[in-house]
Parts: sequence; structure tokens; C-alpha cells
Amino acid sequence: MIIVEDLHVTFNPGSPLERRAVRGVGLTLGEGEFATVIGSNGAGKSTLLAAIAGDVIPQKGHIRIGERDVTREAPAKRAARVARVFQDPLAGSCADLSIEENLALAAMRGSRRGFGLALRAERRKLLRERVAELGLGLEGRMGDRMGLLSGGQRQALALVMATLAGAEVLLLDEHTAALDPGMAEFVAELTQRLVTAHRLTTLMVTHSMRQALDLGTRTIMLHEGRIVLDISGEKRRSMTVDGLVDMFRRVRGGEELDDDALRIG
Amino acid sequence: MSAIAFWGAVELGLIYGFVAVGVYLAFRVLDFPDLTVDGSFPLGAAIAAVTITAGWDPWLACLLAAFGGAACGIVTAFLNVRFGILNLLASILTMIALFSVNLRVMGRPNMAVFNRETVITPFYDLGLPDHVVRPLVLSVLVLVTVLVLARFLASDFGLAMRAAGANQRMARANGVDVGRQIYAGMAISNALTGIGGALFAQVAGFADVTSGVGTIVVGLAAVIVGETLFRTRALFIALLACVIGSVIYRVAVQLALSADFLFLRASDLNLVTAVLVALALILPRLRSRKVVAQ
Repeated sequence: MIIVEDLHVTFNPGSPLERRAVRGVGLTLGEGEFATVIGSNGAGKSTLLAAIAGDVIPQKGHIRIGERDVTREAPAKRAARVARVFQDPLAGSCADLSIEENLALAAMRGSRRGFGLALRAERRKLLRERVAELGLGLEGRMGDRMGLLSGGQRQALALVMATLAGAEVLLLDEHTAALDPGMAEFVAELTQRLVTAHRLTTLMVTHSMRQALDLGTRTIMLHEGRIVLDISGEKRRSMTVDGLVDMFRRVRGGEELDDDALRIG
Repeated sequence: MSAIAFWGAVELGLIYGFVAVGVYLAFRVLDFPDLTVDGSFPLGAAIAAVTITAGWDPWLACLLAAFGGAACGIVTAFLNVRFGILNLLASILTMIALFSVNLRVMGRPNMAVFNRETVITPFYDLGLPDHVVRPLVLSVLVLVTVLVLARFLASDFGLAMRAAGANQRMARANGVDVGRQIYAGMAISNALTGIGGALFAQVAGFADVTSGVGTIVVGLAAVIVGETLFRTRALFIALLACVIGSVIYRVAVQLALSADFLFLRASDLNLVTAVLVALALILPRLRSRKVVAQ
């Protein structure tokens, strides 16, 4: 469960570069709830995720994960409960480490790392099984460098890594945006499957209106650091991509939507 | 080159093998350009010289040198992690400070360690020539070190260290405390260098505060030679390659210095080393630029 209360994040406060990225967001996601987040550039989507992950510390407000207030907790500390997949496939894994080393690293997220072998036999077997479930044939390449894989393969493995250590919360920051359409669809389906199987409370930022309605159970629109739309259930089911684009245009004060990709994607 | 000169070069190469492995850990694993070693090497030598001269056990001297080196690494890591001082600058600060510290430890600029019990002396009774015994004992020591270090890097903790060096953001997202990894890695790296210094004092028979100048460059040269010869991802081989690189570097230097037609003197050593390392750093770049140009 994620509870965000009256969150404010301002970059470079008090300077000419001051930017109020998040201005009073309040949001409660129940356990296992999967919400998609849309909004134009600078709406505060990524900042909201970064605050929940701990990369930025908010000026005001509180973030609770489960029962615990994590507002000021270091990212490495809250990583036990928060898993993330980044937009850049290179960011979520180590290119120079092998597939299984990357997975082994993720499997210990939140645990004390001791001096036992990272690639012990029983763990290798488990990791191999998890990779085989992807159906990408990567289970035969466990010793290959991560850097040899395509962006889509790396994102798929990043999702597996996110689910290895029993996180409660999954934060996805446009994790399909850098992929080719086929792979993007595969990763989106995989996301839905893993989120459901592991009952992860999930926030997924996306630029695709289609994805925003198809995945998860709730859609949130941010604009200028505030939530301007929050739909779920029947209202969301009856919402169309065009309807969403109209909403999008309206909150932007009649600005022309210069980005057709939103509609198609 | 005489056999004695050859074995002498091998011996020195093995001693600097400890430095090379330490430099590998800092530079390659943690991606931390660390000049602290220029201070922690002579510190190790100084600690060994003082304690052995005082009649302490030579193994204990090595252990204390390791602790001394580790402390230096922790100071550098502290400046970098806690206060955000640029890694290179943080290590230069520690290095400069250590020059004074080393003078204090010895109470003078240099110190002889002659006719004392060292970690090598018990093995002179084996019946082999002394100049063979030294490299033999040193190879065993460095081999054990490489084995332990390779096993360490293969552990969960070591894997986290490698990730912290390769991709900080990913490491943090996976719950790795990157700062803590830098502390640990810098401590181990400089502990190894300190041990190298302690062995140097025992084998060479002296400790000198200026003996640390260019330690980093020599260590880096060894790492680069090793990487050029062994392109591998196997940890044990990669670490061993650093040691072998260190030995090859010393033998090559010895060859160059003893080849009269090159007109080189012992005092040209640092210039030759710097040119070699610069070339080794430049060549791969030139090669990749060519590929891009195509």
C-alpha cells in the first residue's frame, strides 16, 4: 500500500531556477492496486515516482509504504520494499555483469549481503527457472554479459529482477518507451502478469494513452504537479483513448496536442 | 640480464602484484581513481620497518601494515562519500597527508631493515638459492591473496561492490548502500597496498618515505598489461592477470635498463613508465575512434 499525503517537491527552491514539480499530490493505492500515470512533460510524474523511491526528498508532505513513513528514508534502505524499472534499459542493470549476476544482485534486495557465494547452485537453479518463464530463451544464456542483450530483453529481465525479492511496491517509469512496438507490447503484458501474480502495488508512468487504459485498474492524470484526473472501475472502463486525449487537451487549457504519438501509442 | 637480476625483477613484480590487485579493485571494480596508494604503500613499509626493528613478529608487521593501509583508504572514502569531495582530489589529499604521517611513523625519511627476521627468512633453510626462495614465497602469498579476493568478489557482498562501481543508480535501486561499498573497497584496496609496502621493506631491506611516488602508475601499468594479455570475465583470472602484468612489467623494465643500446638509466624509470601507461591508455581510444569514423 502507498499513501501519499499533500506532497510538495520544489527543485532549486529560492533560486531563479526554482521549479515546483509536485504541488500537493495526495494519493492512496491499496495493496495490489495497479495505477497508470499520464501527464505532459513537466507534469511531475517522474518526480512523484522519484519521491516514492527516495531519490528526491520532498519539502512537504508524507509518503507511507504499508505502515511505515518512508518520506526521508534513503533509497537503498527502502529498496527492500520498493522495486523499480527505469525508462532507459541500460539504467536498470549492469552491462558488465552477467544475466545471472544481475539477477542474484536483485534477489538480495533488502537482505543483508554476506560472504556466501552469490551464484550458489540452488539460487542459480531458481533464477534460471524464473528467466525460463519469460519464454525468451534467455535461460540458456545466463552467463552472458547483460550488455549483449537488446533493450527489450533487458527490460523484461529488469521486471523479473523487480519481482525476485518480494517487494510490496513497483515503480515503472515509462519502462516500455524506449522499446520497439513488438517488444513494448511483450513487456507491457509481462508487467500485467507479474504485477497480478505478485500482488504488487504499482505505479506506472506512461506516455501511451492506450497503455494507460489497458493496463492496471486505475488511471491518474497529473498536470502542473497536481492530480487532475483519477478514474477507476466503471468510469475507466467506459473511457476511450480519444476521450482521454480530450481530457488531456482540456487540462492543458486548449493547447493543441502536438504529439499524435499519444493517441496511437 | 643475469639470473639474479631476473629473479630480482620477478620478486619486485610479485610485491607490486599486491598493489596491482588493489589498484584493480579501486580503478576497475569501484571505478574510483585512487592515488591514496602512493601514501599507503610507504606507510605499510614504514610500519613494517618500525615494528620489525623493534623485534615484533614480521607477520604481525604485515597485519598492522594492512590495517594502516585500510585506515588510509577509509579516510579517502570518508572525504568522498561523506563530504562529496571529488574522488581523485580526496585521494590526493590523503596521499599528501600521508607523507607527513609516514615521516612521523619512522621518525626519519628512511630506515634499514637488515639482518632481521622477516616473513621470508624461515624459508631460506629449504636449501634453494636465496634469490629463488624470495619469489617462491612471494608467489604463494600473492596467490592466496588473489584466491581470497576472487572468492570475496564472487560473494553477495562482493557482487554488490561490483554493481556499485558499474552502475550506482541500479545498485541503489537494488538496495546496495553505495557509500558503504566504497568504504569497504577502498579499505581493502589500500590494505593490499599496505601489505605490498610491508613486504617491500622486508625484501628490499629498507623503508623510504619517497618510495611511494608513482605507485599508482606502476599499479595501473600492471593492470593494463594484465588486461591486454588476458581478456576474461573470470574474476580469478582477471586478478591473477594483474599480478602477472606486474611481473611482466618489472621484467620488461629490467630488460630495457640492462639493454645498453637503449641508453636508459635507472633514473629514467618513471618517465618510461609514464609513457608506457599513457600509450596503453591512448591506444584503445584511437582504435575505437577509427571504428566510429567508419
